[in-house]
Amino acid sequence: MFTRRDTLAIGVGAAAASALPFAAFAATVDEAIAAFTGGAAVAEGGVTITAPEIAENGNTVPVTIEAPGAAEITLLATGNPAAEVAVFKFGPGAGNAMVATRIRLGRTQDIMAIAKMADGSFTSARVEVKVTIGGCGG
Amino acid sequence: MISRRAFLQASIAASALYGVSGFGNWSKLAAQQALTQDDLLRFDTFGNLSIIHITDIHAQLKPIWFREPEFNIGVGDVRGQPPHVVGREFIDMFRLTPGSADAYALTHEDFVALGRTYGKMGGMDRVATVVKAIRADRPEAIILDGGDTWHGSMSSYLSRGQDMVNVMNALGTEAMTSHWEWTFGTERVMELVEQLNFPFLGQNIYDAEWNEPSEDFAPYHWFERGGVKVAVIGQAFPYMPIANPGWMFPEFSFGIRDERMQEMVNEVRADGADVVIVLSHNGFDVDRKMASRVQGINVILTGHTHDALPEPVLVGETLLIASGSHGKFVTRLDLDVRDGRMMGFRHKLIPIFADVITPDAEMAALIDAERAPYKDQMEEVIGHTDSLLYRRGNFAGTWDNLITDAVMAERDTEIAMSPGVRWGASLMPGDAITREDIHNVTSMTYGKVYRTEMTGQTIHDILEDVADNLFNTDPYYQQGGDMVRLGGLAYTIDISKPIGERITGLTLLRSGEALDPARAYTVGGWASVNEGTEGPEIWDVVENHIRRLGRVTAEPNGSVTVTGN
Repeated sequence: MFTRRDTLAIGVGAAAASALPFAAFAATVDEAIAAFTGGAAVAEGGVTITAPEIAENGNTVPVTIEAPGAAEITLLATGNPAAEVAVFKFGPGAGNAMVATRIRLGRTQDIMAIAKMADGSFTSARVEVKVTIGGCGG
Repeated sequence: MISRRAFLQASIAASALYGVSGFGNWSKLAAQQALTQDDLLRFDTFGNLSIIHITDIHAQLKPIWFREPEFNIGVGDVRGQPPHVVGREFIDMFRLTPGSADAYALTHEDFVALGRTYGKMGGMDRVATVVKAIRADRPEAIILDGGDTWHGSMSSYLSRGQDMVNVMNALGTEAMTSHWEWTFGTERVMELVEQLNFPFLGQNIYDAEWNEPSEDFAPYHWFERGGVKVAVIGQAFPYMPIANPGWMFPEFSFGIRDERMQEMVNEVRADGADVVIVLSHNGFDVDRKMASRVQGINVILTGHTHDALPEPVLVGETLLIASGSHGKFVTRLDLDVRDGRMMGFRHKLIPIFADVITPDAEMAALIDAERAPYKDQMEEVIGHTDSLLYRRGNFAGTWDNLITDAVMAERDTEIAMSPGVRWGASLMPGDAITREDIHNVTSMTYGKVYRTEMTGQTIHDILEDVADNLFNTDPYYQQGGDMVRLGGLAYTIDISKPIGERITGLTLLRSGEALDPARAYTVGGWASVNEGTEGPEIWDVVENHIRRLGRVTAEPNGSVTVTGN
């Protein structure tokens, strides 16, 4: 009932997604946001994140993001040592601005998605995903 | 004088539900002798549809003692709301009479004294009698099982759930959902599901690899009864791979998934459902929240948290039914469904008083046959208890104290941890303790007792984590178990604080010193969700300990101080 955390401690050293566009990890979540938005204001709403309330396995948490009309979406794991997970870009041939992936979460935290809309504005959503030690339900 | 029918019509116009709930007024019946099977079954048949609900039997085929919780603390919006009401407050809230049969069945007050008067409860042969009686009255009554059925006894463990599958088929069950069933592992679950005469439902059972609904289990099932088209949607326990060992069923993912629940409700409504019933193993508070988020559910038959409520809880127009656990109660719910709407209901939580309800002969014979291969080992007397042994409650019961003592003694550790599960029958002072009784509080497929070292900090972190599974103010973050039980440690818990701040004053009892975050302590425990855990089985550890003692005494030890409630 306690080694999941040990496993995670080993796991978080590695980058969680394969397509990191950033040259280097931003030091903070705010910097990661600024790197994506260029400092523009970020609204809320218009983005839907579907993720489990409690992760069944923190090493592979399924996350789906929908942001109708988005040109790009960035996904941030705000509590990971490196918050940037991925940036998704939608070309003109994309049907829905919707992506589904799996990410690694080192601990209980908010995950955040910021969408860059076609007009250059930004909007966002965040949800909490709990990563528990687990093991005593009944 | 306004007739009942007219009143119903009037209430429909007002878009309100009219309902009657009867637990029976037994205050007039002084004692057990005055209580009859007819009293327990009395019910004015109502409407055009009957539902029979039983849940969380935990493989208890025979009557048992079961003491209801002394601590069942609600947090956030549900503080002080049912089912988070115990003892005298419960008696007052539901207008029961102290010392009555109903007070005995539903609360912990005077449990030993009242138990001597009213006797054991449950037994699937008595349940069969009740089911047959309801079906005699309403032949098309739908029998639904909320899960946690195949686990919890020595015979279910040794037969790997077979005894319960045979019994539930014989009972005439028409659908079930699941939780501990999965701890037999995927292969065995599939084998047993094949043998069921009824569907094993779960709209939230997903293929873990594809993160899509599993094709192996239907989300819902249709019933056409009394001219009514009924959709029953299953909701399995959402936190399976977290609260139980995910490595035993790695192909599947669960979760609450209320978006899909809404899709399923919309789908069955579009396909002509007159009434939508959710057969759930979410736990009561999760169901209460789900009822407020998913529109169009008429009834949620709740499970998992083992609550028994004599009246439904209404969320909007959704009825939440809580039918208890361990075969102690059966719910009968009659509905009046017309023109695609639920117009009214009548409800009764029927307590299964084992000495009052005549066992059904056919079911009794089947139960004996299922137990026969294991009877001698199950019924062997290991020792005796001079104390009431019970578990259920947010914090350790006397059974837990005995178990953690056994772990510390037999595994030579400073500290013991025992899972805060809500299952486990009670024993009365003076009772013999049989091997079966030990299994009733320890049975599981991952019961090895590990011996390890943990730092004081790790122990503190575990307590904070488990406390948040129980006392997070958002029900969707509650897993529905009780607090982990500790041997060798005392602590104070402030329910009202957030995670990381609830647990203070951790003290090692053998030295009286504060737990040192940096020091390593020897810890024994069981029910680890990790694959490859090594050690003796917990029931053998407890058996050795009881055998050594001969007679056991286990009193509440006061090692947990609760504040902020």
